[in-house]
Amino acid sequence: MALRKFRIFRGDSRETGELVEFEVECGEGMVVLDAVHRIQAEQAPDLACRWNCKAGKCGSCGADVNGKPKLMCMTRLSDYPEDEVITITPMRAFPVIRDLATDVSINYENNRRLPHFQPRPADFEDGEFRMYQWEVERPQEFRKCIECFLCQNVCHVLRTHDKHQEFIGPAFFVRTAVYEMHPADVGDRREHLKEHGGIGLCNITKCCTEVCPEKIKITDNAIIPLKERVADKYYDPLRWLLRKLTGRG
Amino acid sequence: MATSHCCKDIIERSFGATLRRDNWWVEPLTMVVVLLGFVIYSVWRAFEHANYWGGPYLSPFYSPHFSVDLPRWCSPAFLIIWVPAGFRFTCYYFRKAYYRSFASQPIACGVGKPWKSYSGESKLLLFQNLHRFFLYLAIAFIVVHIYDLVKATRWPVSAAAAYTSPHHAAGPTEFGIGIGTIVILIDVILLTGYVSGCHAFRHLVGGCIDAPSRVFLGRLRHRIWRGVNVFNEHHNMWGWISLAWVGFTDFYIRMVASGTISLEFDRLF
Ligand code: SF4
Ligand code: SF4
Ligand code: FES
Ligand code: FES
Repeated sequence: MALRKFRIFRGDSRETGELVEFEVECGEGMVVLDAVHRIQAEQAPDLACRWNCKAGKCGSCGADVNGKPKLMCMTRLSDYPEDEVITITPMRAFPVIRDLATDVSINYENNRRLPHFQPRPADFEDGEFRMYQWEVERPQEFRKCIECFLCQNVCHVLRTHDKHQEFIGPAFFVRTAVYEMHPADVGDRREHLKEHGGIGLCNITKCCTEVCPEKIKITDNAIIPLKERVADKYYDPLRWLLRKLTGRG
Repeated sequence: MATSHCCKDIIERSFGATLRRDNWWVEPLTMVVVLLGFVIYSVWRAFEHANYWGGPYLSPFYSPHFSVDLPRWCSPAFLIIWVPAGFRFTCYYFRKAYYRSFASQPIACGVGKPWKSYSGESKLLLFQNLHRFFLYLAIAFIVVHIYDLVKATRWPVSAAAAYTSPHHAAGPTEFGIGIGTIVILIDVILLTGYVSGCHAFRHLVGGCIDAPSRVFLGRLRHRIWRGVNVFNEHHNMWGWISLAWVGFTDFYIRMVASGTISLEFDRLF
């Protein structure tokens, strides 16, 4: 056991809140969330923070730890030098409710606006589809998303420029890709991606990919292929000509 | 229990403001130095308009070479260099690299930006969507570089039959290999690896298909797509190594062309 220093954001807005310093006994194997719980138990019972599973699966314990978006339950204290003060702040891209709890409801609104799964007519009378594992593997990667919103939090379009109304953000490009690349789906989401999703605002700088705890290759496997699809429809003069000539696509 | 206000870094509203404690500036700084170094070298070489071929070798900065009369100020490199330059400039990976390091959009993740407004690739930068057209040209350039490689194995039979202009010997030639041939071979391999992992290529070969089992040649295209993924996963690495090597290839050929390295020394057999 050793004493470690933490600075934790306290308050109900970034303008008036402050960083409060705590010293806690920390032992081997502890994660940041353990330390926060110990602070709650011993020093600040009213410290607000969300958590649920403590296993990196519910996606509720996201925060900025030393300026980097992390799941607190998956971030080991041993990742930081013993004499380093660990600073924990609420996810920067979202309004603070209190302390480490933020208001992420804009994500649920954006999610509701996404075009839904649009399956082709079923292949069998009982409503089943025929598809192979090798072709459905691609969207399965995106199914790993635990909706922690760390990617939304780190994306500069939201974090710095606050464009929540124009830009659905990486998590919802991932969600769109689940449907768009599904073998049984026949929907065309390109207009939605361009006009409402704001995919042109993403400049593929990959911060989202760097922080995803599920290691989803958000930029390479979801966003860029979607950008290519949007380019097919809107920015490819050859395809435009082909469409005019054949009346297809 | 001490308290402190730390809004500047929490809010990240000024350039460089962050709570990060690691050396986040090292990566963008390295990129600026390397990319700027490469751009300066290649612009200088394009303007140099000399020492771009020697013996059977033609510099990739000047290939393909057209036998046309150009005004003195116009280097033949200008005719072609916009293709590899445009291809790399619009490459999804290099876009990331220079948006971060040169434009601070953002300079590093979770670090304050110097800009108040932002339109990403939705307005001025819409042209980045034309990357696929540079891809088509880059594929043609690979073919040209393979031709250069084949030519780099043809050596004059006698001194009297020496090369008089790029790829053009005055007399009969025979098969031979020099250090330059190997340098060009590696260049072709690295360039092919880089182009093979291109996102636009990946989309073209099979990424645009959702239900491969239901389209003509779908299974085959899916397999090619998977092959492209292998290169795509390390596209950044291929991008950097091929960039460095194409610079080195030009540098080596310049050495041969200027006589610093003699053809006798260069030829292995
Ligand atoms: S790659 Fe796009 S979505 Fe991801 S963090 Fe960067 S700008 Fe945001
Ligand atoms: S894509 Fe990754 S980072 Fe984004 S919400 Fe899903 S799991 Fe979290
Ligand atoms: S508590 Fe569930 S992900 Fe951390
Ligand atoms: S994406 Fe890098 S070359 Fe096309």
